[in-house]
Amino acid sequence: MRKPKLSTVIDHAVLIAGSLFLMLPLLMLLQMTTIPDTEIIQTGPSLKIGDQFGDNLEKAMLQASGFSGENTGMSMLKNSFILGIGFAVGKIVIGMTAAYAIVYFRLRFATLAFWLIFTTLLLPLEVRILPSYEVVQRLGMLNTYQGLIIPLIASATATFFFRQFFRSVPEELVEAARIDGAGPVKFFVDILVPLSKTMIAAMFIIMFVYGWNQYLWPTMITTDEDMYTLVRGIKQIVQVLEGAVVPEFGRSNVLALVAVVPPVLVVVFFQSWFVKGLTESDK
Amino acid sequence: MAQVHFSNIGKTYPNGFEALKPTDFEIQQGEFAVLVGPSGCGKSTLLRMVAGLEEITSGELSIAGRIVNAIDPADRDIAMVFQNYALYPHMSVRKNIGYGLKNRGIPKAEIAAKVDEAAALLNLRDHLDSKPSQLSGGQRQRVAMGRAIVRDPALFLFDEPLSNLDAKLRHQMRIEIKALQRRLGVTSIYVTHDQVEAMTMADRIIVMNAGRIEQIGTPAEVYHDPASTFVAAFMGAPPMNLLRTRAEAGQLQLNGGALCDTAHRGEVIVGVRPEDFLPDPAGPVSMQVDIVEELGAHRLLHGKLGPETVTVHVGNEFAAEPGPLRLSVKPGAVRLFDAEAGHRI
Amino acid sequence: MKRAGFSTPWLPVLLLVPQLAIIAIFFYWPAIVALHSSFFLQDPFGFGSTFVGLDNYTNLLGSAEYRRVAVFTLTFTLLVTVFSLALALLLAVKADKVLRGAKTYRTLLMWVYAVAPPVAGFIAVILFNQSWGPLTELFALFGHTYMVGVNFNDTAFAMILASVWKQVPVNFIFFLSALQSIPRSVREAALIDNRSASGRFWDVTFPLLAPTGFFLLIINITYALFETFGIVDTVVKGEPGNNPMTLVYKVYVDGFRGNDLGGSSAQSVILMVLVLALTVFQFRLLERRIHYT
Repeated sequence: MRKPKLSTVIDHAVLIAGSLFLMLPLLMLLQMTTIPDTEIIQTGPSLKIGDQFGDNLEKAMLQASGFSGENTGMSMLKNSFILGIGFAVGKIVIGMTAAYAIVYFRLRFATLAFWLIFTTLLLPLEVRILPSYEVVQRLGMLNTYQGLIIPLIASATATFFFRQFFRSVPEELVEAARIDGAGPVKFFVDILVPLSKTMIAAMFIIMFVYGWNQYLWPTMITTDEDMYTLVRGIKQIVQVLEGAVVPEFGRSNVLALVAVVPPVLVVVFFQSWFVKGLTESDK
Repeated sequence: MAQVHFSNIGKTYPNGFEALKPTDFEIQQGEFAVLVGPSGCGKSTLLRMVAGLEEITSGELSIAGRIVNAIDPADRDIAMVFQNYALYPHMSVRKNIGYGLKNRGIPKAEIAAKVDEAAALLNLRDHLDSKPSQLSGGQRQRVAMGRAIVRDPALFLFDEPLSNLDAKLRHQMRIEIKALQRRLGVTSIYVTHDQVEAMTMADRIIVMNAGRIEQIGTPAEVYHDPASTFVAAFMGAPPMNLLRTRAEAGQLQLNGGALCDTAHRGEVIVGVRPEDFLPDPAGPVSMQVDIVEELGAHRLLHGKLGPETVTVHVGNEFAAEPGPLRLSVKPGAVRLFDAEAGHRI
Repeated sequence: MKRAGFSTPWLPVLLLVPQLAIIAIFFYWPAIVALHSSFFLQDPFGFGSTFVGLDNYTNLLGSAEYRRVAVFTLTFTLLVTVFSLALALLLAVKADKVLRGAKTYRTLLMWVYAVAPPVAGFIAVILFNQSWGPLTELFALFGHTYMVGVNFNDTAFAMILASVWKQVPVNFIFFLSALQSIPRSVREAALIDNRSASGRFWDVTFPLLAPTGFFLLIINITYALFETFGIVDTVVKGEPGNNPMTLVYKVYVDGFRGNDLGGSSAQSVILMVLVLALTVFQFRLLERRIHYT
């Protein structure tokens, strides 16, 4: 066998080190879910794989941890899925229709609409968080899914993405369709949507992860514990850990893991779509 | 009977740019008309106005006796073949060809029969269930054709349909399209920037330049009797030799020799096709041959005639070499153009 | 717009209404409210408010506390951006080079993208646990008693580490995709022209990555300024005290906890101006951007 070159060995060493840097913290979290809380208080994370994972999982997912007794892991998981999927679907539907109107129609106020929509790309929700909260409060949407999801949709990322994509669709396609007798609705349903399948999938993955991982907004909008998402729940977990005599590390670590697993699986399994969507959205 | 009638058709964009100057002409039933010209000359705009994809800003357009200015593309009874084919990438060949029929509410069985018929005509039977991405360039071109013929329209529109194909395939498809059009007898307007395509396919050529029609005529008329220096230079490869000179004492002077008799006087541009110059030791003019281009069946001699560049076409039996060469010109082959405006005298 | 767009009058309006309504209610209205209340002093007991002109702004800019937070935010942003970009670039260059296991490395290096920022903060808290955190023990070996939440620098370091960890994958994905889009012929030409691998990297690869790098620079600055909120909040365990915090976190603390609506709104407006400036800067440079394609 040929001796590997030194530079190749170094390349692999760097990549392995990088992979470990990114992986070890979560492996540590995983290990800590397998040992009893009493052991964690004494030794912290170790290399030992214990047998407590099932118990911890059951405790985290089925037993309530808050005051109201309503925020079990299951209910938080459900809320996270509602937020992730609701946000992604809402964003895609609204973005696609708006982009379709802007790209494919003669509109007198098209430029104005364009600027009104794309200015929203400039200011992230975080900088207008308090007034947004007030607006949602005034509309009576605190602790509702609408209040959680709709304000997050109020930015044009998906619209911009679909606009870019529609513009790259050859002009002749709409012309051919018009000669073939397709009106605007038929063209959209028969041709543009099927053509955008990959783009929709890519956008869905990115938006699902983005929605799932929202923290600040859910923290402000949801005060009822049965409305908590997993990521929102992290705050409470940390606070509970601080106060308790025997902190429930097992339960909290399982919850943190559950908060991570679905988006990670989505990103890993649909990697090529995800990368395509991410790198093409910003060109 | 005129199938397509252009009556003072013009196009001015909102920004004031006049893409097409008001134009009048007719295309006859069953005719294959080719619009040819350099890019930006307005030929595609004209075609798209016929299709209804571009608004007509002045004049009246009628197709099969009906004024269509305000009629939707789908209702003009036309079919169009696009430069990049514009096939729907997510649909099978069968669906691509049938989509226009489906939108017109034609029964499924009838669509299937028509699609089969078109596919048979175009040798696409084995590919009906493929997606466009699985086909070769030539096959995609045929699908685009199929989409047009299945509709059985009053008018075919072709927008540079062969420019994405390689040279060999282009030659083959040229013949196929022409044969198909002959067979179906459908009036056609074909846009191209390739003068060879125009010459070989057209019943009538419409040469355009800068938003204006320079000449309308059969290929032979356009080739032999160009209406302007533009047409003379655009049609034919190599193009017509255009030499600036003077007519004096009833004779055309060229590089110190008298080329032929003329009734004209003063400064003119002389046009002679490369094959209309003949090597002739007793010829009246002399050129300096710089390069001999060997093309197998014939040769092209490139060089100077006085201050002007000329190309001469000779048979392969003529052993040419760089150096001086005396030429005469075929009787009746000289064309004269106005030295200022470039139009035919 | 497409040259042969549809001219149906009502359909596009119908299509635009949902988007326009949402941004009007949840974007423009709040933005205007923020601007408006930044000129008012809110009564702490909720009995109306008084117009105070630019007082909120002058108070802020005169406040040593605000300046301290601003300086920390700047340092934090700089460090997070530089380290996550550099690390990601190194990994991307290596991942682009290796032949074996390239796909596996790619997956291993990007999946952390999907981890929520507060979870990253939560993990940092565990790593730096006072009594048994693995990193606390590591620092103890060097004689340093690590105290997150007590020692300013210790807390800041934990935040920076978590923020870099969370951001490396995004940068990695972009750098790798930029590297893979460099045409083969360009690489081969460089291979013939330059014997040294590092010379090839700095003379050819690096300049070709510049557009991506610049784009990422803006993305990373925005990330460090805004999206690290979840990390900051979990690392300080919701107790700002004397802990390091970013400007966005202060907006939240002052407005939501301290009920200083005017001051918080003024801070929001300052951040808006900052982001706008950043965006204008980005567009300006993008226009003249080193475009090679």
